[in-house]
Amino acid sequence: MTTVTKEAGAPVPADAGAFLSVRDLHVSFKTEDGVVKAVDGLSFDLERGRTLGIVGESGSGKSVTNLTILGLHNPMFTTIEGEILLEGQELTTARESELEKLRGNKVAMIFQDPLTALSPYYTVGRQIAEPFMKHTGASKKAAWDRAVEMLGKVGIPNPKERAGDYPHQFSGGMRQRAMIAMALVCDPDLLIADEPTTALDVTVQAQILDLLKDLQQEFGSAIIFITHDLGVIADMADDIMVMYAGGAVERGTTAEVLRSPQHPYTWGLLNSMPRLDSDLSAPLAPIPGTPPSLLNPPSGCRFHPRCTFQDRVDGNRCVTERPLLAPDRASACHLTAEQKRTIFVEEIRPRLG
Amino acid sequence: MTEDLVLPAPRDAAPEGEPLLEVSGLTKHFPVKGGFPIRRTIGAVQAVDGIDLTVHVGESFGLVGESGCGKSTTGRLITRLLEPTAGKISYRGQDITHAGRKDLAPIRSEIQMIFQDPYSSLNPRQTVGKIISGPMEINDINPEGGREKRVRELLEIVGLNPEHYNRFPHEFSGGQRQRIGVARALALEPKLIVADEPVSALDVSIQAQVVNLLQEVQKELGIAFLFIAHDLAVVRHFSHRVAVMYLGKIIEVGDRASIYARPRHPYTHALLSAVPEVSLSEAEDAGPRERIRLAGDVPSPIAPPSGCRFRTRCWKAQDVCATEEPPLVQLSGNREGHLTACHFPEEPTIEARDEDIVMDPALAALEEDAVDGD
Repeated sequence: MTTVTKEAGAPVPADAGAFLSVRDLHVSFKTEDGVVKAVDGLSFDLERGRTLGIVGESGSGKSVTNLTILGLHNPMFTTIEGEILLEGQELTTARESELEKLRGNKVAMIFQDPLTALSPYYTVGRQIAEPFMKHTGASKKAAWDRAVEMLGKVGIPNPKERAGDYPHQFSGGMRQRAMIAMALVCDPDLLIADEPTTALDVTVQAQILDLLKDLQQEFGSAIIFITHDLGVIADMADDIMVMYAGGAVERGTTAEVLRSPQHPYTWGLLNSMPRLDSDLSAPLAPIPGTPPSLLNPPSGCRFHPRCTFQDRVDGNRCVTERPLLAPDRASACHLTAEQKRTIFVEEIRPRLG
Repeated sequence: MTEDLVLPAPRDAAPEGEPLLEVSGLTKHFPVKGGFPIRRTIGAVQAVDGIDLTVHVGESFGLVGESGCGKSTTGRLITRLLEPTAGKISYRGQDITHAGRKDLAPIRSEIQMIFQDPYSSLNPRQTVGKIISGPMEINDINPEGGREKRVRELLEIVGLNPEHYNRFPHEFSGGQRQRIGVARALALEPKLIVADEPVSALDVSIQAQVVNLLQEVQKELGIAFLFIAHDLAVVRHFSHRVAVMYLGKIIEVGDRASIYARPRHPYTHALLSAVPEVSLSEAEDAGPRERIRLAGDVPSPIAPPSGCRFRTRCWKAQDVCATEEPPLVQLSGNREGHLTACHFPEEPTIEARDEDIVMDPALAALEEDAVDGD
């Protein structure tokens, strides 16, 4: 596997050039209990051919961000502020008809649970052929052939016959392959994969991840890969963004974030995850407490109620002032760069074994 | 932890202890009905097909495998929530395979279960106090100082506030609910807890909290655990001994170090190599790990492959694998108690091979192209 690694510190162009650019995105939902601020001030860029991994726990806003890119939210209850630019085209204010031209064509999505994302009513082949017919104007016959070709490419045995099967006749891993075929059928520039392997077994997950990587090499799509599993991210992504309670807390290349993480939440995630070669004599070091409710998020730094390094910041800035995430390699934390480095090297790294 | 617990004296981890639970030839076939107009049995899902295992006093025994391999069914058979088709389960020497309600009553209180989903395993209409005292009520146990006092103690043991006694499950988060489930399992001072995927429904940061809690309970109270999970890293962290299941059979069993560092069965190799891992330094990234990518999914347990059940996905399979089922035996060079069921075992190492094993045709084709292209 050849992994393209960006040279450390290469500047990300602020606005120009980026293929997908999200600027200060705020998404909130009106619910019976109040307004849920699901995404609160998120900015990131993605370039063609690269994979951005978004990690976070449930409720961190990672899925909402991506549904917003595709315009898959219910406009009745959703308020969106900020900008999402796809090759300069603004998506938050785009009309439904414009979004329809993008979905499945330029931007495609792979969902977590292939059984609920595929229609039980139509054959797999037809579901794959449909977006191709819609976006390229191909004939039924040509689209069907394309569907068979795609099924073969993602490793479905006897694609000719299996294209006529219904989703329930496929196993879990095959359904996810069919979803990938459907997502790639129009050769999209941006592929959003929302926990694509969480519902799969570990040996099948390994197959699917490798398949995605290899297909990306061939198709050259940019991928946004959402997961809660740091191991999967390490395997897939070029860049990582760690999200917590609706905002990004750390960003950098995969090597940077995993080898010299700077944010206490990232440290917590690494520490609480058992590894196949971790030290067995020490108990795991979980992050205390639970993720906050987004109805009423904590003041200042969202992570401060669970953070064990608060006392090392002067005053009570953690409670009063929300730390900002600078562009490029950065973490949203009031600790100084020097503190972050020493804490990681002296206190966190040794525990990881 | 509270001092005045009325529980057996804490033991240090004692894998060599006397056997607590012995299972031999355990089998569960679920009938498949079909046909018209008369419905009859037309086949069987061979969920568990003749497994042997022993859990010792105070030991934690891990059971890993992919979905559909029969690990949860095994847990339910052992707790006698399901009736075994064949085989024998004995608990402290007493045969409980088909024991009736009366015979089981005293044993039920000693074998408890922790369920996977903390949302559906707690009754939403009962208070936490009622949920945790339920088992005591059913078994007519009246601890000193009353049940309420005992429940408050248990809440404290599992890291909840004793004042939560009168709250309802919906007031708690997933991790806290799982703690309630643990408290309920501890209420009867069990000797064996069957934990069926106790952390897989929880967020990463919460998982570690519950794993630590279970480990504390296991060590301090000397309770034996049958820990069922699909996450190999969590099982390694928790278990003294580990069994790997595939399609209703145990294909390899041994102490933790043997299974994770010196596996012999090709499937164990494949499983371990498939776990995505974070590399923490450049050196690790170069990767001494092997890479094995199997093809397809697990076959259907309605018509499992003949002979060795893994042979359809195995890269070493030969004719004998289809005709002869490999016995679960100790191979030469393996440690005592490390048993493998394979005709052509792998080398006992997890170092990277000279050449990756890629069975998946699509992957192989794409990678071939990539190499040609370069």
